[in-house]
Amino acid sequence: MNPLKYILEKEFKQIFRDPAIIRVIFILPVIQLIILPLTADYEIKNINISIIDRDHSTTSNRLIHKITSSNYFKLIDYSGDFNQAMTGIDNDKADLIIELPRGFEADLYAQKKTTIFLAVNAINGVKANLGATYLRTIIQNYNNDFRIALLTPGRFNELPIIETTSSNWYNPKMNYKFFMVPGILVLLITMIGLNLSAINIVREKEIGTIEQINVTPIKKIHFILGKLIPFWILGLIVITIGLFIAWLFYGIIPLGTYFTIYVFAAVYLLIILGIGLLISTYAENQQQAMLISFFLLMIFVLMGGLYTNIDSMPEWAQWVTKFNPVAYFIEVMRRVVLKGSGLSDIKQLLSIMLIFAIVVNYWAVISYRKRS
Amino acid sequence: MKQFYHFILKEFYHIFRDRKTLLILLGMPMAQIIIFGFALSNEVKNAHITIVNESNGAASVQLVQKIEASKYFELYNQSTRTADIEKMFKKGVIKVALVIPSDFDKTILAQNNSRLQIIADATDPNVATTLTAYLSIIIADFQKEINQLNTVPYTIDLETRMMYNPQLKGAYNFVPGVMAMVLLLVCTMMTSLTIVREKELGNMEILLASPVNPLIIILAKAVPYLILSIINIITILLLSYFVLDVPINGSLILLFAVSILFILVSLSLGLLISSVTDSQKSAMFISLIVMFLPTVMFSGFIFPIENMPLPLRTISNIIPAKWYFIIVKSVMIKGLGFKLIWKEVLILTGMMLFLFSMAIKKFKIRLS
Repeated sequence: MNPLKYILEKEFKQIFRDPAIIRVIFILPVIQLIILPLTADYEIKNINISIIDRDHSTTSNRLIHKITSSNYFKLIDYSGDFNQAMTGIDNDKADLIIELPRGFEADLYAQKKTTIFLAVNAINGVKANLGATYLRTIIQNYNNDFRIALLTPGRFNELPIIETTSSNWYNPKMNYKFFMVPGILVLLITMIGLNLSAINIVREKEIGTIEQINVTPIKKIHFILGKLIPFWILGLIVITIGLFIAWLFYGIIPLGTYFTIYVFAAVYLLIILGIGLLISTYAENQQQAMLISFFLLMIFVLMGGLYTNIDSMPEWAQWVTKFNPVAYFIEVMRRVVLKGSGLSDIKQLLSIMLIFAIVVNYWAVISYRKRS
Repeated sequence: MKQFYHFILKEFYHIFRDRKTLLILLGMPMAQIIIFGFALSNEVKNAHITIVNESNGAASVQLVQKIEASKYFELYNQSTRTADIEKMFKKGVIKVALVIPSDFDKTILAQNNSRLQIIADATDPNVATTLTAYLSIIIADFQKEINQLNTVPYTIDLETRMMYNPQLKGAYNFVPGVMAMVLLLVCTMMTSLTIVREKELGNMEILLASPVNPLIIILAKAVPYLILSIINIITILLLSYFVLDVPINGSLILLFAVSILFILVSLSLGLLISSVTDSQKSAMFISLIVMFLPTVMFSGFIFPIENMPLPLRTISNIIPAKWYFIIVKSVMIKGLGFKLIWKEVLILTGMMLFLFSMAIKKFKIRLS
């Protein structure tokens, strides 16, 4: 007679008798996966720009035309007043101000050199950075065109010119969804898995049913496994639903195999659920358990590499992300879905995850005490 | 009034006796502000790059050194062959590759015309665009350097000033965002949980059967969290000012007043959630759905709202955190006065009144 079988039966019954949980598990991910990727459009377009043209010459007009006809910028203000343009930045209406000085054209012809002023609303670093970079590229291109039009090129270039060509691999159309959707799926199963398992044992403590289990001859490992396995199966089901939606709504089919994703997800879920159970064995009530799991979630999510780039973090923070399972799974998802990496490409990450899983769950088993 | 006072006292005892929870409630925001303030940044730097240098002449070595010296790139593996690039991308060890063809040095000297190829890992499109742009700028600089002897005619220079955040610090954006998240977490989730907990444990029946006005019971539950949140705001502001060097350019009183307004909104939301749920598990999941993800996605502190499709932009208007985020950014970093934020304040006030009256309307005196 295997006691595990009966514990599993109990746990499954408990889960399926709670309609709210079923809704959370099956409907929540669907809605979120459909809506959230639409919000997560990091592609910077519609950068609002104010132009102060003090020159009003043919050259300045052409440059302005060139800037506004690119897809990135939206001209919202074309007054000659710097203060008014600044108010635009204060109201968040404008992101950039360009000021073309008086004598822009004349200087360019006479002194062969002129300067444009650019003010950037830098509170939102991404937009500031990219906006300024785009603008620099446009102005540089304009500058080159201008130069070529004036200088008759000889058979050879008079000055060394380096041409660069760039190609974007794995996502040539630069589709942001390919990047976001698998990432959001990871966040979803993390949230559901961690929260459900974190309040599980502690709830039994709070209601008092844990006493009944403690007086039975069940082994600690059976108890923990009984809590782990049902959520593990649910987690895999959520992933399946998520991958299906990714295909149905966003046409995302992994370049690698589904098998690789599932192998990694299976190990990953063990870690997340193990962390949840660990919280659950230490916490005294559900409130505590939730606070801790939300705290961890915020760190996991914001430092997972989906919202900000891990390479740009300071060294100690990069070191912290080495202990963040979300960062591993997002990395693996990206590699499998977009780059077609196979098990052999991710075996290092997979083995780190395996070690995590063993440590966390072993810890959960020994920290669960049948005595209170 | 005396009853109300005693009930508040009771709630405080509840909170103070649960030392662990109290410690987490007060310590968590501090840990978060420090971690996120230092760790998160929108800047792209230290990206791993590999350079395939088939030329190995003086000019190409000089270019490689220039790239190595930049803070944006970190050279990975010096002697890479073209065939290795794909393997490196698949292993995820590099973000971008630069190929210097074998005739680079020859062409740059003889024909004044040479080509370079940049290959970016576009799984993250923004990082790819940024890195390509950075690399192009470095190459353009390099070109300028070798041209130093001959002045280039007709140059348009660009002088850039980063306003409000000259060092492009991520903290300027994340501190207001984390403030909104922490306040929602403490107010909305904790309030709804404490009330639902009484239901789950069966204490609610006793409380409702007492002669006390049930509303007083509920309101008394919210007061301690109001005070805890105010303490949290103070610690967050102190930390961000003294540790993270985020300036407080506007009026401190105004910042405080709007924060209290936002706390009231979150508390009302918590009360509403507790009125419509009866287990801590569902209260938590509702808080998760209406609070955590929408705050991250819709408040504009990570994803620009103006990029969203119109229906979602409309939805973002009902997220309180979005308005609070705008206000905090305006007051704290831009130093604007009430005149420029009254609209947002009005919206938050409206939300608070609506949520609070809904919570009272939905509050049931009888249990099932």
